[in-house]
Amino acid sequence: MANAKPTLTRPASGRFILFTLLIGLLLNLLPWNGLAKLLWPDCIALLLVYWAIHQPREVGLGAAWFLGLLMDIADGVLFGQHALAYTLMIFMAQILRPRIQMFSFWQQALYVFGFLLISLVIMLVTRLAFGAAFPGPLYFASSVIGAVLWPTLSILLRLSQHRKSRTDDTFTNLVKK
Amino acid sequence: MIDTSPPPFFKRGLAPTLRLAIFSGLALFLMVADGHFHYLNTLRNALAIVINPLQHAMNAPVRLSAKVGDFFVAQGRMKSENADLKEQQLMLAGKMLQYQDLQAENAHLRHLLDAKTRYAQRTTLAEILYSGRDPFSRKIIVDRGSLQGVQPGQVVADQIGVIGQVTRVSPAVSEVTLITDKDQAVPVQNVRNGLRAVVFGNGEAGTLDMPFMSFSADLQPGDQLVTSGIDGIYPPGLPVAVVSKVERNAAYLFAKVSCTPSAGPDRQRQILILSAPNPPQMEAAPQKQPAQVDHGKR
Repeated sequence: MANAKPTLTRPASGRFILFTLLIGLLLNLLPWNGLAKLLWPDCIALLLVYWAIHQPREVGLGAAWFLGLLMDIADGVLFGQHALAYTLMIFMAQILRPRIQMFSFWQQALYVFGFLLISLVIMLVTRLAFGAAFPGPLYFASSVIGAVLWPTLSILLRLSQHRKSRTDDTFTNLVKK
Repeated sequence: MIDTSPPPFFKRGLAPTLRLAIFSGLALFLMVADGHFHYLNTLRNALAIVINPLQHAMNAPVRLSAKVGDFFVAQGRMKSENADLKEQQLMLAGKMLQYQDLQAENAHLRHLLDAKTRYAQRTTLAEILYSGRDPFSRKIIVDRGSLQGVQPGQVVADQIGVIGQVTRVSPAVSEVTLITDKDQAVPVQNVRNGLRAVVFGNGEAGTLDMPFMSFSADLQPGDQLVTSGIDGIYPPGLPVAVVSKVERNAAYLFAKVSCTPSAGPDRQRQILILSAPNPPQMEAAPQKQPAQVDHGKR
């Protein structure tokens, strides 16, 4: 890793992060019906956690809050529901960031499961407080699936970062390694 | 990975906990403003302009796949469906003749009684795009919006009966809250004896509640419930539900009545949006109706 350091000190550009978040938003907007709707993981939440851990300068509470607001509008739900859930979730991720970075992908996935679950629980509590009915235990299933997808997501995003960096002068550093 | 956070002696922005307090406070503020006071519809509409094109983009492949699926429907099924439809059409044509006759007779009698003619229903055919993605509520999104003249508060039905009510409208799509959504109310009348009541959704598919019915109310399982029309929103006479269970427990003041909705969006993709029935005396009300409807719901 030491050799790869120069490539990773300037990792993904802000534009790339924005692009991935846009893709995540689009994936979240897929109009599923029935069971698939409950099982489909919250891609925005996953990406927010990824970038909050790997690039905390670019993606923090502000980004989480704003994307949460967009999700609230897209879903036509109570305003601020996703915003609050994402904000608290990313805050947890920021606190645990140094620890999470030490772990393997699967250990990280366990933490990610916790984060996604927290965001779901916050949304559940807020909606119950505003008089909605509990949608059943399957409501939590998407957090498990999100956590299972975490290693794949991490590897993919890291790969794309590597490929990006080969275009600039750090390419030579990589070759030396 | 590489630690990109700066050493602690560099000052950069607000402390994380303060940021957390600000953003979650903002979110909570929005929640209360939206959930309790319904102030944020303009903000919602403004931000919806950003989101709607994306939503459309993601709907496109799904609709395309549905169309392709329709195209490759097996020949046999088409044939049997066609035969069924022809039979049905014949039956309906017979009924239609009767209906026209009755309508003429009715008009004549009403004329004789000098009664106001009933407001003729205009309907818009719409297609269900997908069910709303919020697991806490029961909503569907349909492909007609304000450009086609859809307004919040309009009643949505299929050929069997009432499905729900339009609650939010954007230019090309609108959101329909189903009658099974929690606390969505429909004023109904029992066909058998004319008893008036209100049925409420309870957030589950396939059941409706009829609370506050007195212990001795004349209700039996199997009773047909249709809209009563006294609310001025739902046109009278549309089937809503069938009473499925009546529990009379002496320990409670009220009977526990469960109903099964007659229609449902799970059965077909086409639905009808009925025009708002605004008879002359209601002329001033329509602007207010949606707000009231929305308020009653939460």
